[in-house]
Amino acid sequence: MVNKQGQTRLSKYYEQVELGKRAALEADMVRGCLARRKEECSFVEYKDYKLVYRQYAALFIVVGITENENELSIYELVHNFVEVLDKYFSRVGLTLQLQVVMFKSEKR
Amino acid sequence: MMEEEKLMKQELSAMKEQVSSPNTSMKQMREVMVRAMYCEMLGYDASFTYIHAIKLAQQGSVLEKRVGYLAVSLFLSEGHELLLLLVNTVLKDLQSTNLIEACMALTVVAQVFPKDMIPAVLPLVEDKLSHPKEIIRRKAVLALYKFYLIAPNQVQHIHAKFRKALCDKDPGVMTSSLHIYLQLIRESPEGYKDLTGSFVAIMKQVVGGKLPMDFYYHNVPAPWLQIQLLRILSLLGREDQSTSELMYEVLDESLRRAEMNHNITYAILYECVKAIYTIHPKAELLEKAARCIGNFVLSPKINLKYLGLKALTYVVQHDAKLALQHQMTIIECLDHSDFTIKRETLELLFRITNAQNVTVIVEKMLDFLRGCKDEHTIIHLTMNDVFSIGGDSLQQDVPNNFLRLLAEGSECKEEDDELRLIAVDSYLTVLKGDASHLPQHFLQVMSWVLGEYSHLQECVDQREVIRLLTKLLDERSVSSETRVWILSALTKIPEGQTDLIQELAESLSSSQDTVLRQQAQELRHLSRDSQLQECVLPRGAPWDSMEVDSSLSFLDGFVSEALAAGAAPYKPPHQRQEELSEERALNLEPYSFSLPVSLSSCSITDRQSPTLLSVSSGVSGNSTELSQKEGSSTLILEGVKRVWGKDGYLPQKETAATAPPVDEPGIAVNPSGQQEAAERIEPQPEPSTRNQDKQQLASSLFVGLGTQSSISLLGKSEAPPPRFRKKPRPHESSSSSSSGTSERSSDSSSRSPHSKTDSFLYGSLLEEEPVTCTSTTTNGLSQNKHAEGERRANTSQILGSDMVIVRPNTIQDRHPPSVSSDLTALLPSEIKDLPHSDVISLTSDPSLSLASCRMFRDEALLLVIFICNCTETVIKDVAVQLTCEELETASLRGNVVDCLEGKSTSVCHYALLMDEPHTNVSFTGTVSYQTQPGHTNTLPFSGTLSTTDFIRPLVITTEEYGKLWLSLSHDVKQNLKLLTDAGGDPLKTTLNALKDALQLHVVDIIGSEGIVACRLLSGAPCLLHCRVNGSALAVWLRSPHPSFPDCIMYHCQRALAEL
Repeated sequence: MVNKQGQTRLSKYYEQVELGKRAALEADMVRGCLARRKEECSFVEYKDYKLVYRQYAALFIVVGITENENELSIYELVHNFVEVLDKYFSRVGLTLQLQVVMFKSEKR
Repeated sequence: MMEEEKLMKQELSAMKEQVSSPNTSMKQMREVMVRAMYCEMLGYDASFTYIHAIKLAQQGSVLEKRVGYLAVSLFLSEGHELLLLLVNTVLKDLQSTNLIEACMALTVVAQVFPKDMIPAVLPLVEDKLSHPKEIIRRKAVLALYKFYLIAPNQVQHIHAKFRKALCDKDPGVMTSSLHIYLQLIRESPEGYKDLTGSFVAIMKQVVGGKLPMDFYYHNVPAPWLQIQLLRILSLLGREDQSTSELMYEVLDESLRRAEMNHNITYAILYECVKAIYTIHPKAELLEKAARCIGNFVLSPKINLKYLGLKALTYVVQHDAKLALQHQMTIIECLDHSDFTIKRETLELLFRITNAQNVTVIVEKMLDFLRGCKDEHTIIHLTMNDVFSIGGDSLQQDVPNNFLRLLAEGSECKEEDDELRLIAVDSYLTVLKGDASHLPQHFLQVMSWVLGEYSHLQECVDQREVIRLLTKLLDERSVSSETRVWILSALTKIPEGQTDLIQELAESLSSSQDTVLRQQAQELRHLSRDSQLQECVLPRGAPWDSMEVDSSLSFLDGFVSEALAAGAAPYKPPHQRQEELSEERALNLEPYSFSLPVSLSSCSITDRQSPTLLSVSSGVSGNSTELSQKEGSSTLILEGVKRVWGKDGYLPQKETAATAPPVDEPGIAVNPSGQQEAAERIEPQPEPSTRNQDKQQLASSLFVGLGTQSSISLLGKSEAPPPRFRKKPRPHESSSSSSSGTSERSSDSSSRSPHSKTDSFLYGSLLEEEPVTCTSTTTNGLSQNKHAEGERRANTSQILGSDMVIVRPNTIQDRHPPSVSSDLTALLPSEIKDLPHSDVISLTSDPSLSLASCRMFRDEALLLVIFICNCTETVIKDVAVQLTCEELETASLRGNVVDCLEGKSTSVCHYALLMDEPHTNVSFTGTVSYQTQPGHTNTLPFSGTLSTTDFIRPLVITTEEYGKLWLSLSHDVKQNLKLLTDAGGDPLKTTLNALKDALQLHVVDIIGSEGIVACRLLSGAPCLLHCRVNGSALAVWLRSPHPSFPDCIMYHCQRALAEL
């Protein structure tokens, strides 16, 4: 999950990736997705993976999948995920943004 | 960024302090963990907290434990040494009676436990498979799945338990077991053929809507489960006819069901289409699947288009002709601004590459390659494949273009080098294998690339390269031209390997081939004198900075000396030929393109792309005309065009192509050249020209995929359908038929009498064509005005035989005749496609008229009430109230309307449930409304519903029927009339009549017995066993519900009596 500025908000790896390489990998991935226009499809090729992304207001959810996956089903899975979050926390987008803001302000 | 780093550093040091303090409470530690997780997520190392995460999981209360486990699963990757400290905690929690603790333990086991720690927890996890709580069973199955992935041997003994999980009564547990099965079946489908029936049964239940509502996503039952099942089925049915036969029905069903217009149904359809094309083919299904792809590809939604292309890419491997139906879409996608779409289209083109269209396709790929630098690796690999397939049929220019691209590169040096490295690597791999069968052009490309760029790859031993190339030289199948390429490559490979080269040069210096011998000599000289080599072949110099003295002026001295000595002056080849032909009196040969594309005279001293080699060799002497042409660095496009002319479709090409290119050397020959010619004859509107370009491209891309008459998928076409379709531009048809050049295409389209195939092919592209299958998804309100019959036919085709879209009004006969069916157009989109009855009028008064329609959903009857305002004025506060004692209202929508405009209609619908079977039920209701403020009118209405409205087919197999039959208690036996008049089998006729009237499912007919099943909405089943007994049909009904059989019997009798 990243915001429009390309900052990571939440990430989960299902394969081991070195901590140091993650930030660069994420930035690289996100750049590919952010550069795309609205009328283009929600799937981008990235190295050996396909990225499926979906935008919710200022938030992007990006999922990396392998070639033999069904892109559209993942696209909808993302939505399902968001719907579940929405149900649990109500108004996800807002909450996430707020949480981030709170976290940052606490640090200062 | 800098600010973030500073903040993070501060945060981390604060955390470090906090974790090392003895006063930090568990609760505070929990807080620290959350922060640590966030830090790690942003890429900052927080490894000092790892041990505390484990401690938290060990000692905390439930919530703290949860955070601890979460942190552990995020921080510690498989095999981290700290995990050992966790084993005891996990063991303890696995045995905990607290569900949450057990769950957490199972989750962490599945996420991070390495191979060697599995034995410690395996028995406990195994026990959990029979845990009473489904969430625990599900987690246990998933943990075992993970174990299977990392250590298959360790879970070998529990395969039987996987089967139990597959049959678990909880759909969630069953779903998770499918992960294991998909994996197992992927590895060895043979061992699991016996489970096909079970998977089909599960699929049927899912598709049939038997899952609880929790598993629905946007009204689609368990979509991801369906996708998983379809993958399993396709693996099981691959190349296995008998297994495939088991699944045809359910695949068909699933194609039919997934008609709702939502992304997720398309995702399912995609898998379904893939499955249908993977398993043993069945014509009927293939046809339906192909039609489905049409819906994808033609969709305006870009994501669906993408998936359609992907599906098409998959299916053309089985049936390349399918691409023909979508040529124009493919062409459009090829020029699409979206990179991903373009890329997928190229992938598709690559799959349909054959000897005839390879040139054009490779051109397209090269274009693509030039357009985007960052993705070329994949394309490059694709190119390799193209070369090895298309190989010798490639025109000379294609590999030349490719090499040019490699050599010229782009602006960015690193990217170029990367591409070159990939080329070197991949070619070395190719050469290490058996290279003898590879096309000559491909070998040439490979040797050139290796010669030029193998030094870039530092980890490759140059000697190895030399060895591989030398081996190639010895290959018998390698032509002498290719040998020359190889030798020049060897010359370019860096110094230092003199011994090998010397050896080689020696062995070749006695070769039969003069050119080879010459090269071997040069090779020997160069390898002896590294200084000379450096001068002749400067490493890494950009090729365009090199000057080639094409007039060979440095030889002037030598020439004049020779002339002075009495030698004959040099004559260029064409002059010589002219002289020769004059001697021969009659020249039957056409003037050939005089540029010799051979390397016979090329000199190894040129360190450039062979394109230029061949060029400069041809330009020797004073043939300035040619040198101008080549000097402008246009590629040898004539070759491409000639192929189009010969094999392409458009007739005007032939006229243009018959003129030898040398006749008009002044005209730049480009692919649109003919178009220009055509325009001169008859000016055409610009868009149509572009269109023709596309068609031309189409004909060259799709050539060889099928003969003209074999495009038809249905095989019913009478006249050959036109080769390509036109875009639905209104002015297009007139302009193209007026153009003399496209006479043939327009001619054939007018000749073809719109056969079924044609209309299918044209389907949604040409508006004037009869719309067939696509209409159901695309028809909007306007099309509903068409005859109801057409709609009936359309939809029932999709819904299939079990559900008839419009049911006859059996008991409603005494109601007023049905009103205009236009009202159905007003149905909300989510229910519009459900099967429904005719619309009947309920009641009316001067202001309002009410009509109703019954719609049949699997789990409920929808009673739709249309409220029409007959006046011109607005009616306010319209409220519908419906009462029915026998039925339960599950939901209602639209029963209160604040404001109903004049002459408009509002729709409200009730979902009604019938728990207790009743033969007939009546409903009453009122509509209250205000024509003027404060003045409320009421309009009462009433109607009846029949049990048949609540009966749904129960789709089960014979085995399931047998089991169910034995478990049911209430039975009724009675004789029914047997329909004998229709001429066919009386049993079949009667059962079909009953099926249509009552929505029964005929499970099986064996001899004189038939078994039929139905259910009351999604509730109580009723099984019918019918046997022909003389002139009667002895029916035996069983149901768990005492009065249901009687009720069914009553309706059966009625239905048969009315026939």
